[in-house]
Amino acid sequence: MSTVLNAKIPSGALHEKWDNYKANAKLVNPNNKRKFKVIVVGTGLAGASAAATLAELGYQVDAFTFHDSARRAHSIAAQGGINAAKNYQGDGDSINRLFVDTIKGGDFRSREGNVHRLAQVSVDIIDQMVAQGVPFAREYGGTLDNRSFGGAQVSRTFYARGQTGQQLLLGAYQQLSRQIGLGGVRLFNRTELVDVVVVDGRCSGIVVRDLLTGEITSHAAHAVVMATGGYGNVFYLSTNAMNCNVTAAWRAHRRGAMFANPCYTQIHPTCIPQSDESQSKLTLMSESLRNDGRIWVPKNADDARPADQIPESERDYYLERLYPSYGNLAPRDISSRAAKRLVDKGHGVGPLKNGVNLDFSAAIERLGLDVVRERYGNLFQMYERIAGEDPYSTPMRIYPATHYTMGGLWVDYELATTIPGLYAAGEANFSDHGANRLGASALMQGLSDGYFVLPYTISNELAPMLNKPVPTTDHPAFVQAETEARNRFNGYLNVSGTRSPDWFHRELGKIIWDYCGMERTQQGLEKALSELPALYSEFKKDLRVTGTGENINQTLEKAGRVDDFFQLGMLMCRDALDREESCGAHFRSEYQTADGEALRDDKNYCHVSAYDWTGDPMAAELNKEKLEFETAHLATRSYK
Amino acid sequence: MNHLTNLKLKVWRQDGPDTAGKFETHIVESVSDEASFLEMLDQLNERLISENKDAIVFDHDCREGICGTCSLMINGRAHGPQRATTTCQLHMRTFSSGDEIVIEPWRAAAFPIIKDLMVDRASFDRIIESGGFITSPTGGAPDANLTPVPKPVADAAMDSAGCIGCGACVAACPNGAANLFTGAKISHLNVLPQGQAERYKRVEAMVNAMDDQFGSCTNHGECSAACPKEISLDVIALMNSDFRKAKTKNRKQLSRG
Repeated sequence: MSTVLNAKIPSGALHEKWDNYKANAKLVNPNNKRKFKVIVVGTGLAGASAAATLAELGYQVDAFTFHDSARRAHSIAAQGGINAAKNYQGDGDSINRLFVDTIKGGDFRSREGNVHRLAQVSVDIIDQMVAQGVPFAREYGGTLDNRSFGGAQVSRTFYARGQTGQQLLLGAYQQLSRQIGLGGVRLFNRTELVDVVVVDGRCSGIVVRDLLTGEITSHAAHAVVMATGGYGNVFYLSTNAMNCNVTAAWRAHRRGAMFANPCYTQIHPTCIPQSDESQSKLTLMSESLRNDGRIWVPKNADDARPADQIPESERDYYLERLYPSYGNLAPRDISSRAAKRLVDKGHGVGPLKNGVNLDFSAAIERLGLDVVRERYGNLFQMYERIAGEDPYSTPMRIYPATHYTMGGLWVDYELATTIPGLYAAGEANFSDHGANRLGASALMQGLSDGYFVLPYTISNELAPMLNKPVPTTDHPAFVQAETEARNRFNGYLNVSGTRSPDWFHRELGKIIWDYCGMERTQQGLEKALSELPALYSEFKKDLRVTGTGENINQTLEKAGRVDDFFQLGMLMCRDALDREESCGAHFRSEYQTADGEALRDDKNYCHVSAYDWTGDPMAAELNKEKLEFETAHLATRSYK
Repeated sequence: MNHLTNLKLKVWRQDGPDTAGKFETHIVESVSDEASFLEMLDQLNERLISENKDAIVFDHDCREGICGTCSLMINGRAHGPQRATTTCQLHMRTFSSGDEIVIEPWRAAAFPIIKDLMVDRASFDRIIESGGFITSPTGGAPDANLTPVPKPVADAAMDSAGCIGCGACVAACPNGAANLFTGAKISHLNVLPQGQAERYKRVEAMVNAMDDQFGSCTNHGECSAACPKEISLDVIALMNSDFRKAKTKNRKQLSRG
């Protein structure tokens, strides 16, 4: 029986909704805030900013990270920038334009109310981060500089060289550190969430595993925030960090939080192509490079000449040819598929013929070497380290790779999941990017959720709970969850099979990439859904984890994460199979226009697919939240 | 793609903080020169698991040189032989067939060993907690363009802010000092207009937190040479200069309130 999902969008005109919400939200008196404990899991942009702000307000906050330090979260690797509708360049930007670009970029599969709030709050984020000392790029007069990003015709992206994510995360980390120093936040590092505890239908806390000792303990709270990132590592090879995983979100899902749109996974067009079989991860080259780099392949398939020996007339600048008005800045999903098609047809470059050229020679000629070095120096250096080639003299070779996951825990306008008291923020939730995220919008969303949304919505939830008792960690539900977690980890150690967790992860990733990657078909997805359960049962029979559970054991950690990736992978394929349309990053080959663009089916699929856990991911129950567009007009995306 | 053959690895193995450690020798028969150093260790770990042995524990995460999680002394040098390169960005093409490679954890009293090649760098976080921030409560910030920041100032702040907190500076320092790390954060915040209100309070608190945990700087400059982000020794000069000024300028005594 499917549930009716209520997003709880406030009343009023679109641009008044957030103000109306804030005007009516219940508040907790400053002296009473200390009576509430809030747990924040994850210390990336969303988690660190939420934990710091909630502690600043006076709540008791316990923050958890599996890293050694809060500063290591993968937000740090975001390169290009953060969007905000400041219109500092006077080039026609506005809150409404950022809203429309985001809705359109997401191919009309996101919720208007949330997206408009995101666009409104974006301007506050820049003010906040500058006040914290984030050294954004400046003009000579001292004002902030901007650049443009894919899917936009204005320059609204703020940046700090090619290290914007690093600088924003360090800003949030420093605010969090201040609160740790003041005693407002207790930080539990090298500690991983292994379960979520629900008592009488309400989230009462979490169960965690100390990665250094293997000890499993419980933590009770009035509210829990999941800011645990995305699940791109289900593909094995992705631009995610090695330790990114879905476990926290998945464990919440298994306890009753619906998981929404799992098949919306973004493939980023500009990553360094795989060089050999042993590769452990792929590295992104910021989309900002597309501001000045031109993408091309040889017109003749199997042209093995070096780039500088291929004359202009034999080069195909295919994005400029196919999408003249956006050119090299066409959105990520469109650019990625164009690259895949040409490489599949034999136009690929490089030793494995698995890339396309991203060429800076025209930019160097136009702007000079120094300007290019200043804009992209650290990215060029990173490329040179990995690929062993100098991008100042030879074009970069790039190819799409899994980068970001738009799907995640279903949340309403308040960022509350379907378990009362449990919230999801940042990449861990599904809410703002629809079927495709625009570049430089992930940092915006993480900070919006953490700094400017959760502090309001959590007080609205907690106010009525003042002085009412909540379950403590000796409640049987906690004890049972701890026992289950201990049994689960002992179970991995006791299989004593022959294959490592990494081996299974690689095999799982191959299936997901082949059948649920850039292009999906009914036949392929059905094949994946027959292969995955077989591989999963082999995992349960043939896994080998060496070492013990009472000491740091990275093999054991990995086993738990791969287990959850298997279950998520099945749900992803089921969702991709169910969605018989193409939208944004979800491209079903059966549903495309004559010239190969995504063909949406608004009549049957203008909804969010949110899944309920039933005990078997192959039999998850589908619920639908209908998407209504009152302001933006459902239109076919065109970047031509 | 070529292969390196017959590498002799001498890897530090240590069960826990209080147990004795030892070098363990492993031969890597063949590895692609396109592999990163950590991918080479991944492959060795896969082999160890297949032989029913415990995998070597080492810290790593982003593998693109920005998170600062990876460490390792490689042949006695923090992050290995390549200048301005983290261990995760180091590729096997830097080495040759038949090389002997010695792999150790960061060596510093303030970074106790957890297991094998993994160390505890929480001492860095303590320094930041003591004052490595600008107090700016959420929601009260003025418009971002209200205070112009001259481009050279923003660039200088960014040069220092590029520190990834990996700890190579401390590991390379003969004294185990953290002056480059601390100086980098102080220089980032103390040159910006937004950082002026707490400038002298910050430097005093952070230097004290540093001195409580780390050795003293004697200007060897090994830190900057080992730094994967090439943080300049200038940050230490700025820190020292501000610290001296703090002793006379510190305004906490101005008010008796």
